[in-house]
Amino acid sequence: MEEKVKDTTTEEKQEYSINIGPQHPSTHGVMRLVVSLQGEVVQKVEPHIGYIHRGIEKMCESLTYPQIIHLTDRMDYLSAHVNNEAVCLAVEKALEIEIPDRVKVIRTIMSELTRIQSHELFWASYGMDLGGQTCYFYGLRDREMVLDIFEETTGGRMLVSYNCPGGVMNDLHPNFQKRVKEFLIHFRKVLPEYDSILTGNVIFHQRTKGIGPLSLEDAIAYGVTGPSARASGLSCDVRKHEPYSAYDRIKFNEVLYTEGDAYYRYLARMEEMRESMGIIDQLIDNIPEGPYVVKMKPVIRLPEGEYFQRVETPRGELDVFIISDGNKTPYRIKFRTPNFGNLSVFSHLVKGFKIADLISIFGSLDFVIPDIDR
Amino acid sequence: MDKIQIGEFIKSLDSDLEIKGGKQFTEVTVPPSKLHSLASQLREKEETSFDFLICITGVDYGHDLGIVYHIRSTKYGHTIVLKSRTADRENPVFDSVTDIWSGADLHEREAFDLLGIKFANHPDLRRLFLNSAWGFPLRKDYIDDDIITW
Repeated sequence: MEEKVKDTTTEEKQEYSINIGPQHPSTHGVMRLVVSLQGEVVQKVEPHIGYIHRGIEKMCESLTYPQIIHLTDRMDYLSAHVNNEAVCLAVEKALEIEIPDRVKVIRTIMSELTRIQSHELFWASYGMDLGGQTCYFYGLRDREMVLDIFEETTGGRMLVSYNCPGGVMNDLHPNFQKRVKEFLIHFRKVLPEYDSILTGNVIFHQRTKGIGPLSLEDAIAYGVTGPSARASGLSCDVRKHEPYSAYDRIKFNEVLYTEGDAYYRYLARMEEMRESMGIIDQLIDNIPEGPYVVKMKPVIRLPEGEYFQRVETPRGELDVFIISDGNKTPYRIKFRTPNFGNLSVFSHLVKGFKIADLISIFGSLDFVIPDIDR
Repeated sequence: MDKIQIGEFIKSLDSDLEIKGGKQFTEVTVPPSKLHSLASQLREKEETSFDFLICITGVDYGHDLGIVYHIRSTKYGHTIVLKSRTADRENPVFDSVTDIWSGADLHEREAFDLLGIKFANHPDLRRLFLNSAWGFPLRKDYIDDDIITW
């Protein structure tokens, strides 16, 4: 009899593990999480990645620089334009080419539109993760307008491939300015609606406030970047610290909070959409005239050496590191993707929280899985 | 500190190191045996406080296997590049820096996965993307029979 009682107590204390994914709606892609639980409390999470590993870095070693740009679209498909820009800036820096003002402004507007549509999708899917189905429909409805603008000018909706070394592929569509302004008017109207649906919602507060707090020290130690790090007070906006394209001539605020929990990671993204609208406002009426591309040599060869370029994608800092041996293909190219850095802190954040909070924390870090796997 | 000052500071820590003022960053070539101690000094010393590991890149230089660290200071905003090489292609080992920067964990596993570079004292060194039957695709002598060439 005594033995039996002993057995049940040890059983209660035993950890058991749950498998989430690789096909699971809340992972927003193909990622597998092995979660060790005690009762309902998460003890350990082990992310298994690689389900969508395509060996982009390996493929790049046999492709020329203009070809590589099209592969970078497929890393973080929600910030395709910014990924393109990173490679273009690295190549232009290596060749010491001066880029026309028009290109800089076009790239900046496009980057900010990319940021808005990416954060819109974050809002939509995060709402849905936490039970607000309406968010998903509203978010996708308004995101469609940005995608239409992209489609008109670039021909692509998500994977735009609009940048090329020396400029952009083709000139802006004549409707571009008009449609962007229409979108901004519309978006300024719906953003308060977003807030009243989700930001002020009591259920949403309970699911996010105080959940998965990330301290500034941990954000630095784990290499977290982007809005997730800025919600913890780490000033890491590349647009401020190392301005590229036209970011040096415009005024905007770096959104910083100190609380660092899921709610403030969400707020940081909402606030960034407003900042992005402000940036577009400053530029949309002053797109300089001029060529949209610099004539480049038909075969681009980077001089021997190493090149490093930072850009700020919607999810954080993307770094491109190129080692060139003077050929038309890179000797080694490395993409330090923002999601890869942010993933390393995930297991640390969820420890001690309930399994339902795991979904909330995962959503608040806004992962795009192909960006982790490359 | 600017590039030159960082170079001088590292010279004062260890005068044997080869320091090159690259185009963008100070580049320091470190033998694998000194890598960990230099990294932890750069992290701890008040003057440099390199607290943010940007990325770890494994490189196959043909004969040697190498590793490149990009490290930034969130306090001062300066960046440094540490490089280390080993000629041992069968069993390349570097000291893990996970105890200095927690974020190094995944970066080191990636270098192990794609280039077969091992890290001593890494808490959990396993393949990251590929299964254990794969070779190391980012090595220059990697041969894939199914590869399509055009």
